[in-house]
Amino acid sequence: MSSFLSYLITGISLGSVYAIIALGYTMVYGIAKMLNFAHGDVIMVGSYIAFLAVGAMGLPPILAVILAVVVCTTLGITIEKIAYKPLRTASPLAVLITAIGVSYFLQNMALLIFGANTKMFTSLISIDAINIGDGTVVVTGETLVTILACIFIMVCLTLFINKTKAGQAMLAVSEDKGAAELMGINVNGTISLTFAIGSALAAIAGVLLCSAYPTLTPYTGSMPGIKAFVAAVFGGIGSIPGAFIGGILLGVIENMSKAYISSQLSDAIVFSVLIIVLLVKPTGILGKKIHEKV
Amino acid sequence: MAMLSVKDLEVHYGVIKAIKGVSFDVNEGEVIALIGANGAGKTTILHTISGLLKPTAGSVMFEGQDITKVPAHKIVSLGMAHVPEGRRVFSQLSVLQNLKMGAYTRNDKAEMEETLQMIYKRFPRLEERKNQTAGTLSGGEQQMLAMGRALMSHPRIILMDEPSMGLSPIFVEEIFNIIRDISAEGTTVLLVEQNAKKALQIANRAYVLETGNIILSGDAKELMNDESVKKAYLGE
Repeated sequence: MSSFLSYLITGISLGSVYAIIALGYTMVYGIAKMLNFAHGDVIMVGSYIAFLAVGAMGLPPILAVILAVVVCTTLGITIEKIAYKPLRTASPLAVLITAIGVSYFLQNMALLIFGANTKMFTSLISIDAINIGDGTVVVTGETLVTILACIFIMVCLTLFINKTKAGQAMLAVSEDKGAAELMGINVNGTISLTFAIGSALAAIAGVLLCSAYPTLTPYTGSMPGIKAFVAAVFGGIGSIPGAFIGGILLGVIENMSKAYISSQLSDAIVFSVLIIVLLVKPTGILGKKIHEKV
Repeated sequence: MAMLSVKDLEVHYGVIKAIKGVSFDVNEGEVIALIGANGAGKTTILHTISGLLKPTAGSVMFEGQDITKVPAHKIVSLGMAHVPEGRRVFSQLSVLQNLKMGAYTRNDKAEMEETLQMIYKRFPRLEERKNQTAGTLSGGEQQMLAMGRALMSHPRIILMDEPSMGLSPIFVEEIFNIIRDISAEGTTVLLVEQNAKKALQIANRAYVLETGNIILSGDAKELMNDESVKKAYLGE
């Protein structure tokens, strides 16, 4: 029982990282109607920045995180401006291929700059583990901080979307760009803002991920990126609560499969669950029905 | 000087020339109707005026300012609102959120509340349904919402694209009454309509559009009695 509880908590923590990444996928999809496959690699960039900030520059962890967020936000906005904005009216396939290209570009730039060697990431979280019950369930500081960070981000994001003008503008743009423009909403600005938020979250996810699983290579972001994409689709792409639920579920399923079935098969199980969910409910758990204009 | 002046406007969709050199004026306080068949280019002209489309030639002047190259999102704050064809309300947002979207460029909270109350007075149905999501409204109610949303920016000119399209006869009547009221309160109206009869009844002047050209223009009452207009657009 106590081991089940630990697996569950670790699963929720892993799922929280997926959820934070999935938020970036889902927001960009909702607003720019594109799949930004380079999103996973922004996580990797964030992790390297935090790694360098702590290691080479000797910054305290909190400043390292802020630096990673700033760099990733700038990177996200730049990627959108250079690679995606010129394709605003192009076919979705062209945008998709460009996104994959940006993904490889980031990986290879990292390879060039940081080399292929695995870096050992020292955890930025220095909170002691806590024991639950009679000490049989141990929750590490990383696990705790990750879960709390995810909840905090969800609350902030929900408030931002529902209570601020910029958030409402995002909802309007995600529904009808032309009509939003007629309201005086700067659609390009709103898309930039979305990329900025998504990339900032990716930086945070990168730091959390590498604090819990401390190996860093230029490909670190790609698998979590794909899994977070699965989580976003799983929860219903375009839906913010969907990304949250999808992420947490995915993390729990993955961890439980690792613990009770097979660690080799865990990824296969995760993707099988996605396939089954999509067969039963093609729009994902919280996905909206697409209203066709008559 | 005309409030809105469109001069030698040409608009292309790819290689296809949709608008072939159109010029017309709208004076302050007028109701101007653009009538014509489907595909004549009426919507294209409105989209070009409000910046959603860029013309390949010609100019659009609004209150003495050249707005030809001004991006769409900066047009609203100049005092021009656009009620798009097919209403295009934000169906996932509530009625109130939609109305607030219309006032997106405004920062005067107290006066905005005043405008909102005025709109509720004009469209009591919107107040009754302010917390309902816009997608659940009927077509006529959505049209009212789209108009209310445009009025929230407190425009001096309002462009309306096919406001009566797809509505029941009762709603059509109501919508035209509202347009008349809006005009009576001093807002200039540029109206695009397929329902030429109704449009000519409330308009001061009208322009008849055919495949990207203005083929006829003049006083609305005179156009109503014009034999060719009668035959082509009024079904008489």
